[in-house]
Amino acid sequence: MMQGEKPHWLTRKENIRKLWWVFSAVLALTVLAQAVIYVKGYFTVDGWFGFGAIYGFVCCLLMVLFAKGLGLFLKRPNEYYAERDDDA
Amino acid sequence: MPELMSPALIMIAGALGIGLARGHLRAAMVLLTPLLTLWAVWQVPDGVQNTMHFLSYEIEPVEGSPLRRLFATIFALMAFVGGLYAYRLAKWYELTAAFFYAAGAIGVSFAGDLISLFVYWELMALFSTVVVWCGGTAASRAAGIRYAILHLLGGVVLKVGIEGVVVSTGSIQITPMLAQDFSSWMILCGILINAAAPPLSAWLADAYPESSPTGSVFLSAFTTKTAVLALILLFPGEPVLIGVGLFMVVYGIIYALLENDIRRILAYSVVNQVGFMVCAVGIGTQMALNGAAAHAFAHIVYKALLFMSAGVVIYRTGRNRCTELGGLFQTMPVTTICCIIGALSISSFPLTSGFTTKSLISQAAANEGLVWVYMLLTAASAGVFLHAGIKFPWFVFFQKDSGLRPKDAPWNMALAMVIFSALCLLLGLFPEWLYRFLPYPVDYVAYTPGKVVFYLQLLLFSGLAFFLLLPLMKRTETISLDVDWLWRRGIPAAMRWLGRAMQPLRATGGRLGSASQQLLRHLTTHYLGQPHTADREERALFARSWPIGTTALWIAILLSGYVLIYYI
Repeated sequence: MMQGEKPHWLTRKENIRKLWWVFSAVLALTVLAQAVIYVKGYFTVDGWFGFGAIYGFVCCLLMVLFAKGLGLFLKRPNEYYAERDDDA
Repeated sequence: MPELMSPALIMIAGALGIGLARGHLRAAMVLLTPLLTLWAVWQVPDGVQNTMHFLSYEIEPVEGSPLRRLFATIFALMAFVGGLYAYRLAKWYELTAAFFYAAGAIGVSFAGDLISLFVYWELMALFSTVVVWCGGTAASRAAGIRYAILHLLGGVVLKVGIEGVVVSTGSIQITPMLAQDFSSWMILCGILINAAAPPLSAWLADAYPESSPTGSVFLSAFTTKTAVLALILLFPGEPVLIGVGLFMVVYGIIYALLENDIRRILAYSVVNQVGFMVCAVGIGTQMALNGAAAHAFAHIVYKALLFMSAGVVIYRTGRNRCTELGGLFQTMPVTTICCIIGALSISSFPLTSGFTTKSLISQAAANEGLVWVYMLLTAASAGVFLHAGIKFPWFVFFQKDSGLRPKDAPWNMALAMVIFSALCLLLGLFPEWLYRFLPYPVDYVAYTPGKVVFYLQLLLFSGLAFFLLLPLMKRTETISLDVDWLWRRGIPAAMRWLGRAMQPLRATGGRLGSASQQLLRHLTTHYLGQPHTADREERALFARSWPIGTTALWIAILLSGYVLIYYI
């Protein structure tokens, strides 16, 4: 955690780009690691190569989209409930 | 004899003392009471410790078992660290209420019969309401009333169930049962209301975020987890709970994704995490129950930690919405790091407490061959990382720079967060420390290379999804409707509409009413005379004055008639 000592380190554009590269490399490594490390599947599919990665990504995608769709019906302005006066 | 007393009584005494003491003495009581309670918790041996007579029942206020001690331990520990976090900022009555509330939770942990369980259950309901009210705003007063109504309703439902069970079995013992008849269903429903299960789950996200920054730390710990303990004791292996738990898991994630208020995000993720535990109780194997207990223990620690970091942010900035925050990591390093540790723990990231406890539950589902349950729990793990693991720290401490440069946490709040962060990591690094205290023997290896790789893939790619979908996750100045809409807007609106629809009917009713009133008045004046008799007018039959002799004559006639009939 570097952010404490160097206040603006994380906010610079070129550093954010670097972080993306590092993050991508880590992502690739976790998938490639399955080539050497045996992942035990309890129900066959979950032992497939890269299953965790794809499952995690797709599930999150679906959940975000579902929440977004639900939000169309459920979202209301902050002041919707009258007694919610803004002193919280 | 002190060793036979419930450790909850120490907490109650401490709570009263906090109200009476001032200054340093009060601070000392806040910190020492939970430690003394913790010591007392570990003095309770297995089995029923004492009995008392109440009406015609044998009450068992203290019954020890590894499971009960485990829950009481974390409740006492929570009161200690929560007290450390709160004691300089919170009002004395908030601390007193919070300690009474903790005493209720510890009392439930050791309750050996349904009646003591109920008494401590209601103690919790009462004082948690006071904690909500300590938010001190108009919104917290209203939310507290809604909270109290729902919990008193839950208490009544529980009481109906308990009485039904006592009538049908004649026993007030806490023994495992299944929801088969009306009374056991009522008990289950009463407990599930406290567990924030559907359909009445909205009380949690309604009330917790309205409490004070310190109050929400206490609130996050006790009510839902005592409900989990009660479920483990009373309904292990009840299949309904699997479905209920899975619903809670998904509901918590979806609503947390929609939310803008930082403590409401955390409140929904309480529902999500309790869903994991409820589901585990439903699976009901020894491993699953171990998982539920261990996860409750770990959850109290990291959820309190997350609420603490949110509390510090609200205390320092006075703001509680994602849209108003951001960039705080620059001046709040301690809070940021502690929050990240809590966020990683709730996401069950390897090396944190969530990984070593939640994976017990997933493993139990896999062992039982429950494909869908396992797959949904795994998907939910990814979702937790999305909504609590990244979303919460990202929008509070990073994202755009809000320009706010608040100071970091005061020393006592920072120390409380550091203690719980350390506990999150210790339980993640040395899971056997916790496994040793679980109710059943643990035959499980938390860290295998395969499991770690699988979870890293799952979680890191969820992270990728978060950052790629960031435009879709943009926070809006909104709230989301939940079930509480029904009693905050729906039912009042329906009543108003009904009132308007009934208008013509009421008019007809009014006319009929006045006609019937006139008829009655006519009848009464005819037979009883006018209401006022001060004038000299001739009265109707029953309202006239009669000479006393006439009365005596009639009494004589009636009596002789009676005697005559008696002899015949």
